[in-house]
Amino acid sequence: MAPDDPLNPPAVEVRGLTRTFRAGPTFGGCPGGGEVSALGGVNVRIERGEIFGLLGPNGAGKTTLIKILTTLLFPTAGEARVAGYDVVRDANEVRKRIGLVSGGESSGYGILTVRECLWMFSQFYGVPGKVAGPRIDLLIETAGLSEQARTRINRLSTGQRQRMNFARGFVSDPDVVFLDEPTLGMDVNAARAMRQYVARWVRERPGRTVLLTTHYMREAEELCDRIAIIDHGHLLACDSFAGLRRLVESGQHVELEVRAADGGTPVLPSLAGVPIVWGAPHPERGTRALKFRLPPGGSLADVLRELEARGVRIEAIATRETSLEDVFVALVGRGLEESDEREDDGAGPVGAP
Amino acid sequence: MSTVALNLRATWGRTYGRLVGSFREPTWLITDAILPNLGMLAFVMLYRALGAPRSFETLAVVGGLLATYWINVLWGMGAQFYWEKQSGQLQLYFVAPCSRMAILSGMALGGFLLTTARSAFGLFLGFVVVGVRVEPFSLPALLGVFALTMIALYALGMVMASLFLLWGREAYHLSNALYQPVQFLSGLYFPLKTLGPLGIVSAGLVPLGLGVDALRQVLLGAGAHALMPLRFEVALLVGLCAFFLWLARVALAHLESLAKREGRLTQRWQ
Repeated sequence: MAPDDPLNPPAVEVRGLTRTFRAGPTFGGCPGGGEVSALGGVNVRIERGEIFGLLGPNGAGKTTLIKILTTLLFPTAGEARVAGYDVVRDANEVRKRIGLVSGGESSGYGILTVRECLWMFSQFYGVPGKVAGPRIDLLIETAGLSEQARTRINRLSTGQRQRMNFARGFVSDPDVVFLDEPTLGMDVNAARAMRQYVARWVRERPGRTVLLTTHYMREAEELCDRIAIIDHGHLLACDSFAGLRRLVESGQHVELEVRAADGGTPVLPSLAGVPIVWGAPHPERGTRALKFRLPPGGSLADVLRELEARGVRIEAIATRETSLEDVFVALVGRGLEESDEREDDGAGPVGAP
Repeated sequence: MSTVALNLRATWGRTYGRLVGSFREPTWLITDAILPNLGMLAFVMLYRALGAPRSFETLAVVGGLLATYWINVLWGMGAQFYWEKQSGQLQLYFVAPCSRMAILSGMALGGFLLTTARSAFGLFLGFVVVGVRVEPFSLPALLGVFALTMIALYALGMVMASLFLLWGREAYHLSNALYQPVQFLSGLYFPLKTLGPLGIVSAGLVPLGLGVDALRQVLLGAGAHALMPLRFEVALLVGLCAFFLWLARVALAHLESLAKREGRLTQRWQ
């Protein structure tokens, strides 16, 4: 970790951050199920001006880390600083400089209008009225809520409410914004508008920083300068998307749509030494998908030649580079959706509160 | 921006939210203004039917008016953090740089102003409709005693609110359990003196009873059947104001710290 410049501290600096929770209830003074480790010695440094992504399955420790950084939770051990201030000792200095948006949160009171709610929260940050008014108008416009500005919150749709929550996180024009699944529940267009706003916000305000957790890999790919992958409370990797790709460089991903000359499906576990996976047949076109990962140095032409030699006609070819999801699977050992499903079934690790 | 200015803005922001929101629901006129006064009217009618001195009717009206503030402190103030926690909003208050006391003061001020608007209907019922009477009184004394009672009462509400930082449903049950006993021990519908030694104990602990007794003394003089001389009650009220404000500040800081250590500040399900 680079030494700190006291005049220009990093936006976030975390050293050996650990957090454990008591697991299970206690009965009659008897301890419950011991302790659950939500964070196990996390180290990370986020520079000013970065959009930093944090990816991980449910219970990985993302929200616990954000709660500690936003002064809502004490760490069990280790140190965390935001904008140069310790989150435990100088919590109030940290709060002056941060904003927080949690996906699915419910902010404000149903009986207040969107504008009134944003104004109320601006007052908790001491934003003067002359500054708050234009800023709230701009945020309402960005969130696509101009028509709902004077609508009561309890009359908004879930997506509209989520957009209002997003706007609330920026109402104090903070130095560091923590976005915890901010586009959860938003439609595609609204989510895109929010991403554009975040990118513009950082670009137009040098030194402003965003820490984003998301389930949407494309969101992290599109928005983040660097991405950390976290699982079971440990950072598995932290780099730019290009750097992460290099870390698990796995060659080119190829998907073919093929038709067997005799109408059947050839039994082929591999082609030119490359393991392949058959997809489901396409009932209308009579074709079938075939997927494989071409290792670095492998020849796509050799694979195609072998297919043709076996009487398989190639209808379409699509190739793609290693995605963030490929990196995630390689590092975590399972896909994000798969991880969440397992935990929903209760088979995964215990999530932190 | 200075800390004082920040906290004043935060207080006003929270007050505004509470005031505007409540006035938008006209049903409060029935549920919060008309219905709670029926209990007070019942006591006035009872005293009238029994041929009790007229001052007893005034005792009941003063107690009934203060009962609306007690209900507001208990449910609109003490239990407010429970609702905030359940809706996931509590964390948004705690990541803001303003003082928690400023937010609670905003809740208190908003609640007080709303309750005052509601109790105006009780005043109308008591003094115009059923025609209770008071002795000539000093307005500054009345306002002073009333202000002290409100500060002590809402500071008690702040202490209760702090419990919700650590506990959820447990503190909610505590609020529920306190409602009737405090109402009884405060002698809202009868002279506190009637409780004997229990009344003195109550006066030392609960600002409501002390405030009611003091207000009755200002309005009725000797007809108030007071527990102790007015100047003692005022001194006790000043002491309770200071004590509860200090306790609220300490309890908020301590329980917030404990809740952050145990990870209970943002748990919704407890």
